[in-house]
Amino acid sequence: MGSRSELLYFAWRNVKLRIGLGILLVFTLAALIGPYFAHHDPNAYVGPPGYPPSAEYWLGTTTFGQDVYSQFVHGLRSTFVVGLLGGGIGTILGVCIGLLAGYRGGWVDEILNMFTNIILILPTLAVLIIIAAYLTVRGIVVESIFIGCTSWPWAARAIRAQTFSLRVREFVDLARMSGRGTLKIMLTEIAPNMMSYLFMVFILQFGGAILNAATLDFIGLGPTQGVSLGLMLNNAVLWAALQLGMWWWLIPPGAAITAIVGALYVMNVGLDEIFNPKLREL
Amino acid sequence: MLALENVTKIYRTGALGLRRLTAVSEVSFEIGEREIVALIGESGSGKSTIGKMILRLLRPTSGTIRFEGQDIFALNGRAVKDYYRKVQGVFQDPFASYNPIFKADRIFALIREEFFPHLSRAQWEQKVEEALRAVGLNPPDVLGKYPHQLSGGQLQRFLIARALLLDIRLLVADEIISMLDASTRVDVLNLLGDLRERGLSILFITHDLSLGHYISDRAIVLYRGRIVEMGPTERVYARPLHPYTEMLMASVPRIDQKWARQPARMEQSVTPGPTGCVYYGRCPIAQEICSRRMPELVEVEAGHYVACFMRS
Repeated sequence: MGSRSELLYFAWRNVKLRIGLGILLVFTLAALIGPYFAHHDPNAYVGPPGYPPSAEYWLGTTTFGQDVYSQFVHGLRSTFVVGLLGGGIGTILGVCIGLLAGYRGGWVDEILNMFTNIILILPTLAVLIIIAAYLTVRGIVVESIFIGCTSWPWAARAIRAQTFSLRVREFVDLARMSGRGTLKIMLTEIAPNMMSYLFMVFILQFGGAILNAATLDFIGLGPTQGVSLGLMLNNAVLWAALQLGMWWWLIPPGAAITAIVGALYVMNVGLDEIFNPKLREL
Repeated sequence: MLALENVTKIYRTGALGLRRLTAVSEVSFEIGEREIVALIGESGSGKSTIGKMILRLLRPTSGTIRFEGQDIFALNGRAVKDYYRKVQGVFQDPFASYNPIFKADRIFALIREEFFPHLSRAQWEQKVEEALRAVGLNPPDVLGKYPHQLSGGQLQRFLIARALLLDIRLLVADEIISMLDASTRVDVLNLLGDLRERGLSILFITHDLSLGHYISDRAIVLYRGRIVEMGPTERVYARPLHPYTEMLMASVPRIDQKWARQPARMEQSVTPGPTGCVYYGRCPIAQEICSRRMPELVEVEAGHYVACFMRS
């Protein structure tokens, strides 16, 4: 049995991973095919204001008569895009810079660490406002790239510290004596040792990107067109959905964000057991 | 075959690397064909640093290490791989030498990927089994297991088997016995003896004098990064010249003798000048000159060197 198929075998046996993946799959499907069942444009004023869920408006309408179901499934889409793209960019940048700085050490580390610290102390929001002011057309992709490029420093620092402690281990020396190149050692010896940690970084970046996007949406720097779960939540709070008892406006986006991030956390615990053979239930 | 010339290693420590720590200082020695050389010293004497420099894992601050006439730090690309084909190492802690998340036999897979990509699976498996049998392991018992499922002795022999897969000429064995059970120690030691029969040279790094005596042809005694005595094992053990070696010999426990109670000689507060002998503070026979100059290694009898003004 190859090491890859063995990983898959243990992955499939892991209940936590199956639960997490299951929840994630439900929301992914909702985001992918949900919009085809939406009869209304998410931002059009189509129905009676503040109407509870009914056969016509599955999740009711907003104070302005927009269809909540339509907003929800479209918002889910953009939320996944922001999370995957923004979280993905943040994770990749953080992992690459952290691994390189930690493994090479010396002046490479000095420079990368200085760069990391500069980005870390940068007032992200202020910079984003300035950048956004120069771009007249903003899409969800541009927003994701913004978020990804500013959210990586803490990940880089944490991974750098981990790499520092791993690179002096003797198995790294052994790999060097086996003629392995630097890049291969980083990717096949050091990175697998913190695989569950790297996945956790992605989860946190994913969740952080969603929340960051909601903040940007809220101050008017979000996509010039479209909806997102964060935008829905912010609007719901802004128009006192809670106080007016309009739960159908508030709960779907809130529950969806919570469920998605929660499912990712459960998956992370499961993955820890899969990557670390000592934690496996045999 | 392998020659160290005035090898010095200085570590930078402390904030901004301002403090310097000299781990190895102007060490020169050679390892010949089919020779087992014991490098003996207490912890912190720089013996592991020397081993790591020979394995190209650390770069010396100054001095050169030559293998078959070639400076090993001038090698690059394919030449580095060729070097590792001939020179390999085994470390002290068998558990730390394995990536804990992979199976133990992955160390063989690494060798296959990097050195024998053209070998067929069947040929390779046969080669691995031969190497495992050569180190006294039964392949079906140990293949396909995780490091935590194997014993320290098995893991250490695994590492030696890994080296045997290559056409090695020199094995750097860094304290490979010290973490093993007494029952498996002799097996691994005898295994090293067998390796010499196969034509290998071994640098046997140890803090244990009796182990050094058991196996080696030549002994090198290190103190604080300097060679204080060097010579054929029999000579060094029968007639230690340097006061440090003497003290080491006297502290080896013997079965037939009760230890005489001796006051322990601790490091004195007197420190030698920066140029003085490294052993000055603990030396019972030190004279005034020892605090001023570091003695050179001097050949006292054939092949037997000592760095001591009083004894040469």
